[in-house]
Amino acid sequence: MNSTAGNDPILRLDNVTRVHGTDSTAVRALAGVSLDVHAGELVAVMGPSGSGKSTLLNLAGGLDAATSGQVLIEGQSIGTLKGDALAKLRRRRVGFVFQDFNLIPSLTAIENVALPLELDGFRVGKARRLARLALELVGVDELADRYPDKMSGGQQQRVAISRALVGDRRLVLADEPTGALDSHTGEGVLRVLRERCDAGAAGLLVTHEARHAAWADRVVFLRDGVVVDSTGSAQTAEALLDPAV
Amino acid sequence: MSVRQGLLALLAQEPMYGAQLRSEFEARTGGTWPLNVGQVYTTLARLERDGLVEAVGADEDGRISYRLTRTGRAEVAQWWVSPVDRETTPRDELVIKLALAVTVDGVDVDRVVQTQRTATLRHLQDLTRLKQRATTHLESDEDNGSVDLAWLLVLENLIYAGEAEVRWLDHVEARLIREASRPRRKARAIPTTDGEGTGAAGAPPAAHDTISTTLRGAQ
Ligand SMILES: Nc1ncnc2c1ncn2[C@@H]1O[C@H](COP(=O)(O)OP(=O)(O)OP(=O)(O)O)[C@@H](O)[C@H]1O
Ligand SMILES: [Mg+2]
Repeated sequence: MNSTAGNDPILRLDNVTRVHGTDSTAVRALAGVSLDVHAGELVAVMGPSGSGKSTLLNLAGGLDAATSGQVLIEGQSIGTLKGDALAKLRRRRVGFVFQDFNLIPSLTAIENVALPLELDGFRVGKARRLARLALELVGVDELADRYPDKMSGGQQQRVAISRALVGDRRLVLADEPTGALDSHTGEGVLRVLRERCDAGAAGLLVTHEARHAAWADRVVFLRDGVVVDSTGSAQTAEALLDPAV
Repeated sequence: MSVRQGLLALLAQEPMYGAQLRSEFEARTGGTWPLNVGQVYTTLARLERDGLVEAVGADEDGRISYRLTRTGRAEVAQWWVSPVDRETTPRDELVIKLALAVTVDGVDVDRVVQTQRTATLRHLQDLTRLKQRATTHLESDEDNGSVDLAWLLVLENLIYAGEAEVRWLDHVEARLIREASRPRRKARAIPTTDGEGTGAAGAPPAAHDTISTTLRGAQ
């Protein structure tokens, strides 16, 4: 679906299938999913637990490889990239917010946020300056020098979001980024994500909460690894629950 | 909620005439509950008859303003401290539709659920866009702040209601899956009282039990 002619999408999933394990233990987490996310677009993914949302996000960010089908970031098929090149693309282009924050415990907030830039060859001073901007954006700059174990869950989550937004990331992937947050703070995160996309990034957001998914331009529904519906498509009733499984 | 209480609450602020009451009411609720002017005048007449408001005379255009009496003031005060009556909440077509869908043969309940979920999400997207606009407006504007805030709160109420509907649909879907995978059991003659026993594909209880349980759960 959504094979828009003209400007290329930042992210394209083309008929992607992911099977975990082999033979008797094989689990098809994703089955023939196609999805485009363009610059300026925020797409939300909803679906029951185990429907393949995190698998989709990990594939989109090159943290996992498709069993078949292709994932393209800015036109580049990431399946063909060698380890180094893939790691570089991920660091430069992709911001991740994980389901479980994933902050490094031995680094302060600002060090965590600056890390991807430093790994990418930025000077420490420049990386820290950009990191502070990213922390300010999410309203947690006063936590800059704190370690993760001295922060609340919601604070850690906001630092993790700063890390995903730092520098010039065109693709932002967020897995339940509002999970640990109260409704007001959660909404702040959605606003930041929305603004990032309005400013030209492409965003993919996994969430269980309809209130949060509604910030997206399009909501895609996954079930058993298949896209069963989307708020963007016109002929929903026909496509619905008639998956090619 | 009754128009009567709404008008009384507005008059507690300052005396107003009919058309003014109507536009104030609509401005504060963002036009979500439009009133017609006839409704406003008949309500005012009844309030006057009951001694809750009194006319304060006409302006140069002949429009009659009303203000609260002592009794009217007491009634408003009482309204603020009383909870809203949930016993008489109107029945929801979606609840009835699903209650019927799980009991009538040959209905693709999954499809009913997903069709609704997509539609409700679309509605939520529209509301969220309005909310973003309202938030920006509220933050940029000072003199009409409290009316903007009222509109924002109304929007957020609709958003939370939409979200609750989607959560319930998720729950319905999960329950249908669970019921379908359960071994068949005999239909029970006695209705369940815990509000949890609605049947699905597996072994539906008698139709009227299912409907009453579902509706009870929804109110
Ligand atoms: N590494 C793995 N090995 C085997 N099976 C896996 C692996 N990762 C995921 N799965 C399976 O793939 C399916 C999809 O998992 P995924 O984590 O994508 O679900 P999800 O939609 O993110 O769920 P949740 O809402 O609970 O986070 C599940 O059945 C899961 O058990
Ligand atoms: Mg997940």
